[in-house]
Amino acid sequence: MAWVGKSTLRKEGEKKLRGDAKYIDDITLPNMIYGVTVRSPIARGVLKGIEYLPGVNWSEIVKVTAEDIPGQNYIALIEKDQPYLVEKNINHPEEPILLLAHPNKHLLEKAKTLVKFNIDPLPAIFTMKESFAKKEIIWKDDNTFKSYAIDRGDVQAGFKNAKFVFEGTYETGAQEQLYIETNGVIAIANETAGVTVWGSLQCPYYVHKALMPLFNFPPEKIRVVQAETGGGFGGKEEYPSVISGHAALLSWKSKLPVKMIYDRMEDMSATTKRHPSITKIKAGFDNHKKLIALDIDFTIDGGAYATLSAVVLSRGTLHAAGPYYSPNVKIRSRALATNTPPHGAFRGFGAPQSLFALEKHMEFCARKLNSNPAIFRKNNLVKKGQLLGCGQWVKEEIEIASVLEKALTVSGFQEKRKRFLATNKNSVVKKGIGLAVFMHGAGFTGSGETFLSSIASVKATAEGKIEVLTSNTEIGQGTNTIFAQMTADILKIDPSDVEVVQPDTAHVPNSGPTVASRTCMIVGKLVEQAALDLKEKLFSIQLLNKKHTRKEFLGACKKYIKDVGELKGTSQYKAPPNVIWDEQRYQGDAYGTYAWATYVAEVSVDTRSYTTTVDKFWAVQEVGKVINPTLAKGQIIGGVAQGIGYALYEEVVWKNGKMANARMSNYIMPTTLDVPDIEVHFTEMPYAYGGGGSKGIGELPLDGPAPAILNAMEQALGIELTQIPMTPERLMAKMNENSL
Amino acid sequence: MRAYLPDYQCSSAKSLSEALRLLEKGARPIAGGTDIMVLFDAGLLAPGDYVDILGLSELKGITQKKNTLTLGALTTYSEVRQHRFLQTNFPILCDGAKEVGAVAIQNRGTLGGNIANASPAADFPPALLVYEAKIHLVSTRGMRTIDYTKFHHGYKESELKKDELIHSVSLENQLSKHHHFWRKIGSRKAQAISKTMMAGVLKIHKNVVEEVRISFGSVAPTAVRCTEVEKFLTGCALNKNTIREAKQILLKDIHPIDDIRSTGKYRLVVSQNVLEEFLCGIG
Repeated sequence: MAWVGKSTLRKEGEKKLRGDAKYIDDITLPNMIYGVTVRSPIARGVLKGIEYLPGVNWSEIVKVTAEDIPGQNYIALIEKDQPYLVEKNINHPEEPILLLAHPNKHLLEKAKTLVKFNIDPLPAIFTMKESFAKKEIIWKDDNTFKSYAIDRGDVQAGFKNAKFVFEGTYETGAQEQLYIETNGVIAIANETAGVTVWGSLQCPYYVHKALMPLFNFPPEKIRVVQAETGGGFGGKEEYPSVISGHAALLSWKSKLPVKMIYDRMEDMSATTKRHPSITKIKAGFDNHKKLIALDIDFTIDGGAYATLSAVVLSRGTLHAAGPYYSPNVKIRSRALATNTPPHGAFRGFGAPQSLFALEKHMEFCARKLNSNPAIFRKNNLVKKGQLLGCGQWVKEEIEIASVLEKALTVSGFQEKRKRFLATNKNSVVKKGIGLAVFMHGAGFTGSGETFLSSIASVKATAEGKIEVLTSNTEIGQGTNTIFAQMTADILKIDPSDVEVVQPDTAHVPNSGPTVASRTCMIVGKLVEQAALDLKEKLFSIQLLNKKHTRKEFLGACKKYIKDVGELKGTSQYKAPPNVIWDEQRYQGDAYGTYAWATYVAEVSVDTRSYTTTVDKFWAVQEVGKVINPTLAKGQIIGGVAQGIGYALYEEVVWKNGKMANARMSNYIMPTTLDVPDIEVHFTEMPYAYGGGGSKGIGELPLDGPAPAILNAMEQALGIELTQIPMTPERLMAKMNENSL
Repeated sequence: MRAYLPDYQCSSAKSLSEALRLLEKGARPIAGGTDIMVLFDAGLLAPGDYVDILGLSELKGITQKKNTLTLGALTTYSEVRQHRFLQTNFPILCDGAKEVGAVAIQNRGTLGGNIANASPAADFPPALLVYEAKIHLVSTRGMRTIDYTKFHHGYKESELKKDELIHSVSLENQLSKHHHFWRKIGSRKAQAISKTMMAGVLKIHKNVVEEVRISFGSVAPTAVRCTEVEKFLTGCALNKNTIREAKQILLKDIHPIDDIRSTGKYRLVVSQNVLEEFLCGIG
């Protein structure tokens, strides 16, 4: 193990620094024209007709409506409910109705304003409450995309035996991913060559799957290539299927390459966001303050179409009981439809919502029981041999207790708690310190990975390079770099000998989507196994000794290619032994493994302006083996900044289902001045089934900050806070309510 | 960019007189463009003729004549915040300029543009109100000077005629014995548009207010001078009771509303708290 664990430089870093990296808007094809989307101005209605008002020469402009679709008008994902273009029924504001293309992209902006849709409006619903009450039925029979039920032990009996029972309700808002590069693609589509799409995207094979029915083409006639991608955070997991299909339809009709790039306002108002949520929790404790009954009701707002809501809900549900042990657990959850643009994947994928609720409720229970929040939690942490909320046995020793202990030490938690209590009495700026204890399961949920059966390959080239072939994308998180490190260690070569091939469905196998930290943990392991497979081919014909040098290995590769032919190793996912998941009862080994964490926030709340400043932040976590310390630390720091935004600043203002603040000047994300010094600590316990021994890290920093920050605010102010984003306006209302 | 470029014509004026002739023919001025380009990008800027005035030397520079300081309309936020004399004698202007947008905006945005855009959330007007600036307007008809307090009429409405340019702003240096106070409450520490902001100058003798001037931004259709509060406080001894009363009287001077950035309630309560901070800090 020479390279894993070292902060090797980013493979594509120099190219990016020099401005040589080609993002989608840097690419121009001969005869390429531009495409735009014309969208519904209202939330719900029936489309009666389209008028093209004078002001541009309409005969020059390519128009595509649902009627022009050569195949089937749905975006293939989990359900087939979402059309590429409205045929008749409009279900949310910004729903695509018409596509336009022209060589002059500026003219298209003018043309857009000259399109008039005649729509008969229908009553719309915008809240989970209205959806649950079936005020209007807007999706299938009951507005419910998906629901889950977990029952373990006997919750009723548990509450009967409980000495203390506490209930609470917690709410989280939508959040915009705000990747630096907006969504964009270039497409070529015609009968003979099929469809090719280049784009800023996370999951080439998702787009591939979606384009097949749209054109009724077999897999080999669809090609999807990832261009350099400026961030995703989940926002480019499923959405690129939409814009790719649109550009391909315009290309199909115009017979020219078509580029579509959203501007920031369109990207913010029309594409997916984090699901808003409401969680109700009832917790029962025995006279030793031990959790003995937990009843959780978790609801998320999916927007107008199903997209990935079922899986987001699943992850939220399976994380809802947190890292605590309770013999009796009941969880009910549902994803509901509203007439807003569909919500979708976003870093953490449902877990930040349910973990926020749980960690707020644990804080509430601790206060009610007059307990120290850290000691109270420690007393209830799950241990080896016990069950997690989802019914997963903890089979091995876990580090959650030591992670919590370390977080308390490095942050000076207990001493500061005492000190702030005293100093707050006479100051207008109140200080507080708070924590959150949580876990995050990496990879797909339940039998998801087995179902995916991902494939990865490693290939030697005649030029003496080693290529890694996967469909997992570099989106800023370090895929290229960590794959090169892992491969170099297996083959005893240098990371610079390794080339991670640009994901292109014509050349790379389907190793699944770039989500849920599975790139490092699951696909990293596949890459290592493919490298071993390649090496085995050299061993089997005695071209290479087991104890070999870099030079000997590369020499053997060259000789093999010359004498035998292609040298390629391949591997396919197999579930680790003893991982058992019961889909019916929705219980069992929900995830192969978990990362465990404790985050601590220190805050100042100015009671004159009701503004909160995060003064210092500590992120302590056990994540398996850290593959690249610089990249890992960077992910945690960046994620905590995003988590601070989620907790305090980032509010989507909805008006009739439409985002009213779709600009970076009024959708407030924290700047560097609003983000404190963030201390990152890793504890390492290598995971045998993860690439390089890794588990997931990317999602942790969205799970922990919001509850830790609000818990710190509660300590500062002595009031209870149950909702994010906790804006100054909301805090003022809460403080006045409490002072009455 | 959502605007259709061919619908806009923009010419660059070589001299002030050329710019004024173009304005007379209906062109609209563009200086730093930090407001106009946002509208343009969103497809919300009216099409038509524009004249770029950013190169006009007649409208640049900060000059001092005895007790009068004159700031050309094209003075940037950066020039204001870095100006030594302003820092010492008109610190609120510098404090305000320091908190506008980010450095790139401060290098580009101008005093004249900030005033002409006539946004209630603009960062210079509260300071100009308490410093009782004079504003000089120029057109082909000549120059005229008015008190800045009379410049703003209503939301996005002002004394500026369509064929006029703001030439400059002048300030009398007469507040050396005063306390100067500035507070901006935004949605984050930088790159923020204010939810409320206050400029204040105060002269006290033996805890009795001799002179006070207070103005707020973002809490009414224009930045406002708080004449009711000023009237009450003048001659008043500063103590808990008078400060409490001043906070109540403030309700007569400001009328904040709910919008996308905040709520009227929040703006009101926080404005009262800022006023208290100003008076307590000195009293």
